[in-house]
Amino acid sequence: MRLKLRIWRQKNAQSEGKFVDYKLDGVSEDSSFLEMLDLLNEQLIDRNEEPVHFDHDCREGICGMCGLVINGIAHGPKAAVTTCQLHMRVFKDGDSITVEPWRAKAFPVIKDLIVDRSAFDRIVQAGGYISVNTGQAPDANVIPVPKEQADRAMDAAACIGCGACVAACPNGSAMLFTSAKLAHLNSLPQGQAERFDRAVLMVNQMDAEGFGGCTNIGECEAVCPKEISLDFIAMMNRDLLRANLMGKGKR
Amino acid sequence: MSVTTTQTMTEAPTFVEATLDGRVPSGPVQTMWERTKFEMKLINPSNRRKFKIIIVGSGLAGGAAAATLGEQGYNVECYAYQDSPRRAHSVAAQGGINAAKNYRNDGDSVYRLFYDTVKGGDFRAREANVYRLAEVSNAIIDQCVAQGVPFAREYGGMLDNRSFGGAQVARTFYARGQTGQQLLLGAYQALARQIAAGTVKMFTRTEMLDLIVINGRARGIVVRDMRTGEITPRLADVVVLGTGGYSNVFYLSTNAKGCNGTAIWRAHKRGAYFANPCFTQIHPTCIPPVGEHQSKLTLMSESLRNDGRIWVPKQPGDTRPADQIPENERYYYLEEMYPSYGNLAPRDISSRAAKRQVDSGRGVGPLRNGVYLDFADAIKRLGEKVIRDRYGNLFDMYENITGENAYKTPMRIYPAPHYTMGGLWVDYYLMSNIPGLFVIGEANFSDHGANRLGASALMQGLADGYFVLPATLPNYLASTRLEKVDENADAVKEAVANVQNITQRLMNTKGTKSVDHYHRELGKIIWEYSGMGRTAEGLQKALQLIPELEAEFWENVRVTGTANELNQELEKAGRLVDYFELGRLMCIDGLNRNESCGGHFREEYQTEEGEAQRNDAEYAYVAAWEYTGDDRPLLHKEPLKFETIKLATRSYK
Ligand SMILES: Cc1cc2nc3c(=O)[nH]c(=O)nc-3n(C[C@H](O)[C@H](O)[C@H](O)COP(=O)(O)OP(=O)(O)OC[C@H]3O[C@@H](n4cnc5c(N)ncnc54)[C@H](O)[C@@H]3O)c2cc1C
Ligand code: SF4
Ligand code: FES
Repeated sequence: MRLKLRIWRQKNAQSEGKFVDYKLDGVSEDSSFLEMLDLLNEQLIDRNEEPVHFDHDCREGICGMCGLVINGIAHGPKAAVTTCQLHMRVFKDGDSITVEPWRAKAFPVIKDLIVDRSAFDRIVQAGGYISVNTGQAPDANVIPVPKEQADRAMDAAACIGCGACVAACPNGSAMLFTSAKLAHLNSLPQGQAERFDRAVLMVNQMDAEGFGGCTNIGECEAVCPKEISLDFIAMMNRDLLRANLMGKGKR
Repeated sequence: MSVTTTQTMTEAPTFVEATLDGRVPSGPVQTMWERTKFEMKLINPSNRRKFKIIIVGSGLAGGAAAATLGEQGYNVECYAYQDSPRRAHSVAAQGGINAAKNYRNDGDSVYRLFYDTVKGGDFRAREANVYRLAEVSNAIIDQCVAQGVPFAREYGGMLDNRSFGGAQVARTFYARGQTGQQLLLGAYQALARQIAAGTVKMFTRTEMLDLIVINGRARGIVVRDMRTGEITPRLADVVVLGTGGYSNVFYLSTNAKGCNGTAIWRAHKRGAYFANPCFTQIHPTCIPPVGEHQSKLTLMSESLRNDGRIWVPKQPGDTRPADQIPENERYYYLEEMYPSYGNLAPRDISSRAAKRQVDSGRGVGPLRNGVYLDFADAIKRLGEKVIRDRYGNLFDMYENITGENAYKTPMRIYPAPHYTMGGLWVDYYLMSNIPGLFVIGEANFSDHGANRLGASALMQGLADGYFVLPATLPNYLASTRLEKVDENADAVKEAVANVQNITQRLMNTKGTKSVDHYHRELGKIIWEYSGMGRTAEGLQKALQLIPELEAEFWENVRVTGTANELNQELEKAGRLVDYFELGRLMCIDGLNRNESCGGHFREEYQTEEGEAQRNDAEYAYVAAWEYTGDDRPLLHKEPLKFETIKLATRSYK
């Protein structure tokens, strides 16, 4: 395949970025989107130019490290896949493709297509865990967890922390990510003790990091590679309401 | 220690020092760990804060260790090259984690898990370590459940299990096809809690590039901030490496692109012995490569072999599509060759069997480089929904990559480099031969011998991180007088200068070919000569080719950009530098080991049926190599004693 690429280039956080056009020939339909960029980079290196920098690691859709806005859509045109799992057979010969980094106030660009998502880690640090020290656990089968609950927790826990939801949201909101972590832990019997504190603390941190509010647009769910459901946001809001009535989150 | 010369390899003789001692406590393995835990020295809770511990790695091993030592009150620093500790490559493990819970009441026990692991490892692991691993396996599941890991459940709310290769019991716990992700999130959340509590300081996008050894003890590391390029020393009382495996030496592997051998290799160059480097695992169920652009290989979890049947056409060169090959013209080779384990034969055996089929012209797919993994029977028996529930995400992934629907046509699979049993040598306490340097998880050599069983790496990583290291490391601190060190020490300056030199040399080469070009070439050599089948001749050839390629690399590599900024080419180049050297040691080790065992298959040593032929009389030892700065590493042998389980030929027939 032959492609026309427009790629965001930005030397570092301080400098201004701009789009640069590239022509790329000889792309295999079987290659992944990132392998297509590898090919471009091989050619840039051949020409002694700096390759395009982008984050990636597992290249199998699970680590959450990759993430590009492709033709205006976070993780590209195919639903329910990460950028690394997007394969070139979804494009046509001669296509023009625009590639940008995640754009959100809370995710500053570090270089080219790489952004800083450490805000997500800080949201989890604020309360996204069950407080149990190593060695304190009772036998694993002591607390039965009905399959339905376990499955719901797993649906939410499938979030890979990629940040596409934030990038897709016109408000730059991190509600889907935060609610997924809350739903994972709050759906389980083990998570009940800290349930309401957790909701308040994580949401407060989310706000402090500069993520926007939720106005029910739903773009986040549409781009989420793990199909995290908007229902989790509703669950979070319900918990938050109860938590505030109970005066939780002050620890 | 006396130095003697033994057998010849290439032209260079190998020098063997006197035997290496794994410091295994005396007495029966069944009570050893309990007793050792009691005998080890402790540190008073109020003193723990004064000890600084560096942990490199935030995977299951490093993440669990950092969280647990933080909980205990130590002053921990944790390092990872990704942008978040949650992305360590443990996240990619799909299938599951073993434990000897015997919740199925199907005859499992600590002893059976121990036995299966020693046998699965083809009798090349240390009994005492493996027993301890089996013993703590149950506490891991308890801990993970308490953290909120959403393991699969039955309708009654109890934990579900599945079976994995090399076992006849169902002892594998799983969370859909994302077990590694869920276990890692458990460790990550525990780590997050400690970061918030201030006991652990986390450094992401930071790469360890050297080990600092002062007066014979590991006292710190040199790191490069991958955002700015700044190179700085970090000092501590003790250093722990949980940096994962080195399968990327093959270029194409199932590991993440950033997985590297740099941390352990540079520690090796500072004196840490590297054990059994030739013990690498080629996983039987991966998607076959499709072309030159291929940047990595993708695993299809071994759990698929619970329900999928592996076959090839009986007739070599048969190009008909799968659905047009009648039942009686299909060769279900694993079921026929290994009736009692069938499609669940261990990895090394399954991989070699697949290679033989493809080599004999029975390969399937456009490049004739795969075998079928067929779910038609299971779908008929259980219905598509059950299969979708069990493996849905794997089928989706397969479709994304190949464009094929595996509910309709069989998957195509082929073996790919996946795991490295070799790694830095450690004693029973998980300490390397450099005092103060501990090594955990895939980065060390322990527990899996010459072949790892499925679902046992997650178990080992978490055993090391949650339970073993947090008991043995304090013992070292409590029994050692640690002097004060500071950044002006010569050893610190020298290590920093070393990293700066490597960096400068790479930046200054200004050649014409990319780093990836050389990595791909190196990968081809290692795969060809030190992959699924090895011969003395081939290994010698590789030992000639690798240095030639390495020399060309240093003449002609082009690293774009500068050293003082985020520079992914420079990162890759630094890792490749180490892979050249490590690749060589793999070949030297493979050449030294004149036997076949587990994943190390020397074609000269096989039975008439083509099974691996061990040589226990001469090779029942751990080969731990000491770096000497030239082509003649020094071999230290740790004899392996099998006192609990009798040495026996491994059979899965
Ligand atoms: C695709 C796949 C599927 C698997 N499935 C299973 C399974 O089902 N069951 C099972 O038991 N095992 C499985 N395994 C094996 C298992 O996942 C790994 O062996 C195990 O997770 C390794 O854990 P670890 O903590 O040792 O290393 P990793 O998880 O690889 O972590 C390494 C850490 O070290 C850091 N690091 C590395 N180098 C440096 C450096 N130079 N400087 C700073 N930081 C560094 C990384 O950032 C990372 O945090 C699978 C492996 C793969 C590849
Ligand atoms: S909710 Fe979805 S889009 Fe958002 S971080 Fe998680 S996986 Fe990514
Ligand atoms: S690179 Fe890991 S999810 Fe894409």
